[in-house]
Amino acid sequence: MAFSIDDVARIAHLARIEIEPRDSERMLAQLTGIFGLIEQMQSVDTAGVEPMAHARDVTLRLRDDRVTEPDQRAAFQSIAPQVEAGLYLVPKVIE
Amino acid sequence: MLNFTIRQLGAELAARRVSSVEVARYFLQRAATLGKTLNAFITLDEEKTLAQARAADRRIAAGEAGPLTGVPVAHKDIFCAKGWRTTCGSKMLANFTAPYDAHVIGRFNAAGAVPLGKTNMDEFAMGSSNETSFYGPVKNPWNTETVPGGSSGGSAVAIAARLAPAATGTDTGGSIRQPAALSGVCGLKPTYGVCSRYGMIAFASSLDQAGPFARTAEDLALLLNAMAGFDARDSTSLERPPEDYTRDLARSIKGLRVGLPREFFAAGIAPDVARTIERAIAEFRKLGCEPVEVSLPNMKLSVPVYYVLAPAEASSNLSRFDGVRYGYRAPEYTDLLDMYKKTRAQGFGAEVKRRILIGTYVLSHGYYDAYYLKAQKLRRLIANDFIAAFRECDVILGPTSPTTAFKIGEKAADPVQMYLSDIYTIAVNLAGLPGMSIPCGFDSGGLPVGLQIIGDYFGEAKMLNVAHQYQQAADWHMRMPPGVEE
Repeated sequence: MAFSIDDVARIAHLARIEIEPRDSERMLAQLTGIFGLIEQMQSVDTAGVEPMAHARDVTLRLRDDRVTEPDQRAAFQSIAPQVEAGLYLVPKVIE
Repeated sequence: MLNFTIRQLGAELAARRVSSVEVARYFLQRAATLGKTLNAFITLDEEKTLAQARAADRRIAAGEAGPLTGVPVAHKDIFCAKGWRTTCGSKMLANFTAPYDAHVIGRFNAAGAVPLGKTNMDEFAMGSSNETSFYGPVKNPWNTETVPGGSSGGSAVAIAARLAPAATGTDTGGSIRQPAALSGVCGLKPTYGVCSRYGMIAFASSLDQAGPFARTAEDLALLLNAMAGFDARDSTSLERPPEDYTRDLARSIKGLRVGLPREFFAAGIAPDVARTIERAIAEFRKLGCEPVEVSLPNMKLSVPVYYVLAPAEASSNLSRFDGVRYGYRAPEYTDLLDMYKKTRAQGFGAEVKRRILIGTYVLSHGYYDAYYLKAQKLRRLIANDFIAAFRECDVILGPTSPTTAFKIGEKAADPVQMYLSDIYTIAVNLAGLPGMSIPCGFDSGGLPVGLQIIGDYFGEAKMLNVAHQYQQAADWHMRMPPGVEE
């Protein structure tokens, strides 16, 4: 698994986390170390094994399609960084 | 009052020999002084705590006392508690006041328990030493230059330093059991799905579970009785008939088969820890248990598998922290993309960022099969090993941690070194099984050693029985760190 400084930039963009160029090298070294640990997985053959997502293989419950939650927008928006007229305010996207 | 168990304290309160307000004041005072030195709490709120204590006293006066009415409980700062600052150990939520109660918090409130405060923790539950908290490291009361374990370090220390008789934690890869072991207290992680995750800030959704900390197995059972139970708001919550986890405590464990996985006693375990665990197993032999050698051949892969699955799930769960609806927003940015990137760069600490990046990578196009899917297949093999082992034994015993508490900063340089602290605990989360840790002795430096008890699915009552019987024969769980007396 050859992980490069370009990979760090690409993944950081996907994760929407800004990484300063001066921190990229250190991050690359640490991630490379962690990937070394992860590579140990390849030592075991898993052909024919069912992936396990959940301990008990349960299925998602369904419920009636009825409104059951009260409107708490005011309470939830009281802790928002910027709101106006019930809307969350964010800067516009500059293309 | 310092050393009252929950059961004893509950009895004193119900008999009105002490009031809930007196008890609350007593522990608040300790939390604000010794608790401050150890940095065990992120938030204390005397007014809110005393208001709930007064409500508990009213219930007791009206004859409506239950086993937890008036008992103070310290909550890991990962549980949303309405009106309380809830930070998850992060700068990202430093200004976040939860607008609702987590299910677990709601159940404690309904039982009349008194919230003592919010305990310190590794940021977003990512850590094994409580050193990644934005609010500073927690100190182990047995030796304040050492870590208490993590991520639920604050809760473990609250119990060890007698700042509260009860505390809550969460365990994704060992975050209840490992700090319980390093801090010399009892901690339990139930079977996945037993405690509702509603309102519990998500790290890795297929692994996270809430659980109690206390000083005795009996107290853990009382707390689990309050915490466990179906909640429709958590899609992974299991619908089962309610259990009384205290029901089997007094059972004899003569003839019980205790599984000893050979992989737990291989290389990598500190000699003092190995010796102490062996002595504990000898105690179980004296109690009439039958040791059975079992094997968990795929256990060695549990750390790599976990460090694919947990970061992957975390990268998804933490994508909600974007500065839009709550929490930290960067003070300066150009456009929306820049706001997201700066908010997350500034709001998250280094370990959290590392894990989000790993998770993003293993889920990205071209890598999903080789990493995430592969890890899920290995997870199946790890779980199958336990299922096979439990055909030969009733519970599994072993060390919780390969070492005792290490020095603050000792493992900070290499993340992988830190990850290996969880070698004995992680497989239990991957399989979704219940596990607990209880004190079983000390190393030559006076640092606690924890014994891990792993049960089959829904085997909590049996595990608590085993722990309780051990605690009638040995008194490690009653020892107190030096300097903790009033």
